[in-house]
Amino acid sequence: MGSINQNANASALPNFRNLGILLRILVIVDGACLAAALFKTSEPLALMEELIDLSATVQPTLLASLLALAAMNNWLRRLAYWPAIAAVIALELAVATAVYFLGRGVFDNPGALERYWIFTLLITGVLIGYFDLRARALSPALAEARLQALQARIRPHFLFNSINAVLSLIRKNPAQAEHALEDLADLFRVLMADNRELTLITREVELCRQYLALEQLRLGERLQVTWDIVDMPADALIPPLVLQPLLENAVYHGIEPSSVPGVITIRIFRDRDQIHIVLRNPYRPDGEHHAGNRMALANIRERLALHFDAEASIKTDATADSYEVRIVVPYLKGIT
Amino acid sequence: MTGASPLRVLIVDDEAPARNRIRDLLSDCALKLPLEIAGEAATGREALEMLPACDPDVVLLDIRMPEMDGIELAQHLLKLDEPPAVIFTTAYDAYALKAFEVHAVDYLLKPIRLGRLFDALSRAREITPLRLEVLRALKPEPRAHLSVNERGRIHLIPIQDILFLKAELKYVTARTAQREFLLEESLTGLEQEFLGGFVRIHRNCLVAKSAIRGFERVTGADGESQWAVLLNGLPEKLAISRRQQQIVREFGKHLK
Repeated sequence: MGSINQNANASALPNFRNLGILLRILVIVDGACLAAALFKTSEPLALMEELIDLSATVQPTLLASLLALAAMNNWLRRLAYWPAIAAVIALELAVATAVYFLGRGVFDNPGALERYWIFTLLITGVLIGYFDLRARALSPALAEARLQALQARIRPHFLFNSINAVLSLIRKNPAQAEHALEDLADLFRVLMADNRELTLITREVELCRQYLALEQLRLGERLQVTWDIVDMPADALIPPLVLQPLLENAVYHGIEPSSVPGVITIRIFRDRDQIHIVLRNPYRPDGEHHAGNRMALANIRERLALHFDAEASIKTDATADSYEVRIVVPYLKGIT
Repeated sequence: MTGASPLRVLIVDDEAPARNRIRDLLSDCALKLPLEIAGEAATGREALEMLPACDPDVVLLDIRMPEMDGIELAQHLLKLDEPPAVIFTTAYDAYALKAFEVHAVDYLLKPIRLGRLFDALSRAREITPLRLEVLRALKPEPRAHLSVNERGRIHLIPIQDILFLKAELKYVTARTAQREFLLEESLTGLEQEFLGGFVRIHRNCLVAKSAIRGFERVTGADGESQWAVLLNGLPEKLAISRRQQQIVREFGKHLK
């Protein structure tokens, strides 16, 4: 396993609490039912009956399985891949057996228990194979996510201006210059790290504060920042470098082009099982430099999709004098 | 170099630390090269206001600044009878740097190195003055202001204040709600530069789209009735030439 890192994400069970995963399972199982029914007859009416018959046994099994898998998700994900597969198969057989015995009283002709088992095993096998293939297909994409995080990197413009600001401090205020260089080092440590894994939201916030401290050096009172994060759960996980590039855009488009002070507002809060990140900055629609902004947004949108599938979103809203970006991600807990 | 008069340097940069840094470097240069800091400005407008008093030989000019960038300011500086030498400073701008090389425009990369600054200042008096075409090529976007030289002072006219531009003999007149200015520029050049904001209503007249209040039939010099533009903030009516009558229909829709 020389390339253990590249395959780290390949052989793992899917997250059974993810809406996208659940939908995929539903579609595949019901697709299989339709195929089975079509194999028996193509007469529309007979087909309907066949489908209803099949559904009566398959749907309860399917829904019970999904519930059980979602409930056991965290425990399953802690297991190694093969033990986890064995556990899923055992769970499915147990669910099928339970549905069989509970349903025996309801259906006239339930058939043999073995048929339930074989059907369940087949479908489970197909699904495990599918999710394994999908994970492998996405794994280069996850490696790519790191590259993309690098692409979302700090603008050279910021780097050189910051170094310039630090240089200007060295003679008059060496202590402040030291502090600024430490911030710069921290920022680049994160930028150059492996950014495939989710990170604690508090770390991203800390990074953003360091970034803003550097910008403050150059821009002075022109840059005003309001943090509203009292309702932010400290243990929430987000992809790294989701907020920082947006702040950089906010400074570049909202603060730098104006000679009067402007306020950037960052609001992070939890709403039920979702984390909302709302960033707002002053903005004048002058039709200039939008390409960089769009690139950063596309990059973040793509990385959110890789990590959270359909459960994350990013929206922008431009009014006459302000620009707002709102990111919603599912609330995943990490260890603080 | 005569050696007698020290080189007067004006620093223009919107970021205070960047100005501090240049000031430090200039004081290092001053050990070997007679120079003095003529002034420091945080915006293009401030720089233009300081000009008559500080009379610089060289301007160290940041490119990316709010309200008016360095390249636009350099264009306004050309209106002076004896424009100072301009050395641009920039942290990073891949596109601009390529253009600077092509047109042999002097620039310094931030963080600025003492040696490079010293060399640039030593050559400053021999620098060939910037040409307007070069600056226009560096920044093809329309300027935010027009400018006129009035008795040695550069006066700025924000584009959004201009109601109309009218060609008269040798000059173009720019009319704002308060007064008018004589520009030494061609109407055709201005029309091309500000294509989005102005509309040509006559061979000799461009009107700011935002200044159009409405239209009215008037009797022309030839006794025939024709359309005229009514302006926001001015009682004057501007005749629309026969060829441009379709403007009334196009704009009439927006005005309703």
